[in-house]
Amino acid sequence: MMAALNVGIALLILALAVWTVVARDTFAAVVGFVAYGLLLTLVWVQLAGIDVALTEAALGGGLTGALLIGAAARLRRTEGAARAETPGFPTRLVAALAAVVVTAALAVAVLALPDPAPTLTHETAANIETTGVGNPITAVLLAFRAMDTLLEAIVVLFALVGVWSLAPDRAWGGRPGRLQRVDPNGILAYLARVLPPIGIVVGIYIFWIGADLPGGKFQGATILAAMWLLAVMAGLADAPPVGRTWLRLALVAGPVVFIAVGALGAVVADAFLAYPDGLAKPLIKVIEWALLPSLTVTLALILAGAPEREAK
Amino acid sequence: MSLADLFTVVAVSAGAVFFLAGTVGLLRFPDALTRLHALTKADNLGLGLVVLGLLPRVDGVLGGLTLVAIWLLALLAGAAVSQLIARAARRGGPPA
Repeated sequence: MMAALNVGIALLILALAVWTVVARDTFAAVVGFVAYGLLLTLVWVQLAGIDVALTEAALGGGLTGALLIGAAARLRRTEGAARAETPGFPTRLVAALAAVVVTAALAVAVLALPDPAPTLTHETAANIETTGVGNPITAVLLAFRAMDTLLEAIVVLFALVGVWSLAPDRAWGGRPGRLQRVDPNGILAYLARVLPPIGIVVGIYIFWIGADLPGGKFQGATILAAMWLLAVMAGLADAPPVGRTWLRLALVAGPVVFIAVGALGAVVADAFLAYPDGLAKPLIKVIEWALLPSLTVTLALILAGAPEREAK
Repeated sequence: MSLADLFTVVAVSAGAVFFLAGTVGLLRFPDALTRLHALTKADNLGLGLVVLGLLPRVDGVLGGLTLVAIWLLALLAGAAVSQLIARAARRGGPPA
């Protein structure tokens, strides 16, 4: 019974992947991609990877989906012209061949993996007590492989800088996105009043339990950012001008604290990002608490887009 | 099979029927507004019956309340998004 369900999900995912690639309409392809992300979430649940499932639902399906829908809406006007310029047959043949080669190489690599696959699970399980954290994913992300997480936090900041760099000169430092004109008594405004209290509690809860159960700052921050964006989209709040000093400070605070804790490790313990004995869990907590607001603001502003209105 | 099990089987099956009916409606109805109407059957009644059927199987009041909260959130999201899609469809948004 379970096998039939798994095979069904796998077939659906493959079909949606093909649909996303071959769909001619950008918007249709984006919708396919979002559905693909949601089905992928089910796969991670089936594989007992609840942390990954939460991340996929929040970031892969939700945040990326919203970004792509925004991009598709902007491309709508020029899409017809772009489609008229179909590349010639040789170009398409080369593209198809390149895609087949990459797919074949990936397939060979996956099939060549040793069975059972090499794993660090036992080392993680054996050493998790030294971190004082209950969730092995959190232990890996913030103790054993903290460098990866530090770079991730900085990469999203760079992504935001990339988004901002698309601003026209006159709007530099101004408010992101267009002014929202929404019916103040409409259903969107209603949803933006009812949902955020629930969403804020859920987001902070997912962040809070991250140390011992599936959850964490990235997933929590995405939910919090979504709640703020909902209020902005419904016209109940406005995005702040991106030139504000407090905003810039909020953006860099998390990574700065992370780097400071890392530097402390270099002085007190024996390596960058090494935690002194017995202080691992408090320091992990400090990093998580510092990263949550920074990630929330960063993700929300990435979705809000480049500044388009002058700061008044 | 206890009475609770029987209740679960009946309620979840009824929920599945509503999901099936909603999906058939989504595929077969002629325009965006009627298709949205078909979807609400799956969201509201289908999910509601599935949640109702699962209630005897949860351990503790908290688990049951979580299930009911999930249904209420799905109701809220479904109703709000249907309205937004319907408005976009009436203004001539993406082709039906």
